[in-house]
Amino acid sequence: MNCRIAICQINPKLGLVADNLQSHHQWLDRCLEQKADFALFPELSLTGYILRDLTSDVALTLDSPQIGEIVARSKDISIAFGFVEHSPDHRFYNSFVFAEDGVIKHVHRKVHLPDYGIFEEGRYFAAGNNFTTFESKHGRFGFLICEDAWHLSSAWLHFLQGADALLVPVASPSRGIKTDGAHLASQKSWHELCAAQSKFLQTWVVRCNRVGYEDGVLFDGESAINSPAGEVVAAAHHSEEDLVVYELTSSALKRARVETPLRRNAHANLVRRQLAIIANDPDLSGLIDDE
Amino acid sequence: MMSSNIPQPPTCNVELAERVLIGFLKSETQRIGMTKAVLGMSGGIDSALVLELAVRALGPENVLAIALPYRESDPLSLELAQKGADNAGCKFSVIDISPLADAYFEQHPELSNGETEAARLRRGNVFSRLRMTALYDQSAAANGLVFGTSNKTELLLGYGTQHGDMASAINPIGDLYKSQVVALSRHLGVPSAIVDRPPSADLWQGQTDEEELGFSYDAIDALLHAMVEQRLNRDELVALNFAPEFIDLINTRVQRNQYKRRPPLIAKVTGRTINLDYRYARDWGT
Repeated sequence: MNCRIAICQINPKLGLVADNLQSHHQWLDRCLEQKADFALFPELSLTGYILRDLTSDVALTLDSPQIGEIVARSKDISIAFGFVEHSPDHRFYNSFVFAEDGVIKHVHRKVHLPDYGIFEEGRYFAAGNNFTTFESKHGRFGFLICEDAWHLSSAWLHFLQGADALLVPVASPSRGIKTDGAHLASQKSWHELCAAQSKFLQTWVVRCNRVGYEDGVLFDGESAINSPAGEVVAAAHHSEEDLVVYELTSSALKRARVETPLRRNAHANLVRRQLAIIANDPDLSGLIDDE
Repeated sequence: MMSSNIPQPPTCNVELAERVLIGFLKSETQRIGMTKAVLGMSGGIDSALVLELAVRALGPENVLAIALPYRESDPLSLELAQKGADNAGCKFSVIDISPLADAYFEQHPELSNGETEAARLRRGNVFSRLRMTALYDQSAAANGLVFGTSNKTELLLGYGTQHGDMASAINPIGDLYKSQVVALSRHLGVPSAIVDRPPSADLWQGQTDEEELGFSYDAIDALLHAMVEQRLNRDELVALNFAPEFIDLINTRVQRNQYKRRPPLIAKVTGRTINLDYRYARDWGT
């Protein structure tokens, strides 16, 4: 892979798709000026996050003119953006589209919908059912939308499918002021999570968080890119809109994987066998969730 | 009441809190096309802190601090309110609520003095709601928002007047415990005369919060933090050396005052009742 990726750390307006569409155009212009190959937006970038009953109002079908407008721009730059997907059977998904060369190449529907604490996604969205890695002309990618990344199995599935980079669009409500450092507690968790996943899955991790407030809730930015060695190689500001451009390379992937061949020794079949055993173990019934 | 090895009140990363709360005031004011704020200054730490946050968020020229004394209020309250406003560098004005309150009390002679506890409480609520009336009117005149000054400790305890001092458009410190308010106030340079003054609702001469509540704010904050943030149950709290009667008293108080923290109940007759199943963020469309 070789990909000059741009993190678009934007502040979407709540429920105003037309305004957000306009801002996506402006950010894509900026990405092109920076000669980026790929523009990554945050979770629900076209709609804002605390949607509640707006969910069905702001939803778009994949063949809607608004989605088509952005997809058309992917002739010039590969694009990944978030929106509420209205499916033909009238379910609503927290989805992410990857578009390249003027067509939709991949859609990921968020699998893990948080519905605890401040979160209400389980109330409004239908859940996706897979983590499928996809090929782009710039490399092999897998999406983890926010909470998807907190379940370690999600990233591991992309790892097994040969992902070069995990793309992690986020709308993370920041919280926790009982900390010593420079980051809110929830943000610190994100930094730790991405550092660990990039290091132990030996992939690039590109996390694009949003910024701004909704109903008193801060989304604190600090988007970042972790190298396959786990190090932060590029980072965006907290709290403010920011554009970060960085080149993801194959050579960094190779270095990490030669040094410690975790991928070669993943033993996926062993895991598959044991998963089947665990899932059928009557002593464990109740512990294993079959959806 | 408690032995020495009990949990401490919650700490606060003051730099982070400052950034988050200033950003909050700026965003939630300006996104609806407003630029100005009005707030009532009691001479206490909560309003002095909110004022410091407000002038940093909107600029001192866009913030109006108003003291609203009653003729029996402690003169020190007015003095410290002025001191807080001077420190923040914003405009300051005084609205005497005595004629308003006395006009009402004249019609209700049982309120002419605070001899009984019930009368003291009612008078206190009248003062608080008259101040709210004046503040909201002044906010309309200034085309600004009323900034709230209730902290999390008093919101949880219900130690405030509904539609009185609890009323505001937006509140930057409602998720900070009193001990965190103190830490942030010191960080932002609130005058020490205000920070070190024993907290008081100033509803009658010599009143202090801690005397009226029966416990120190540090003790209450430590318990509330363990109950609310850490979700510890009664047995776990007792194991941490909180006295059972203290736990029960505070717990009852928090529960009984839940009504003050919620909008009025609406009788449900349709399929989409406001706030139950007609659910939109307040920042909808901004």
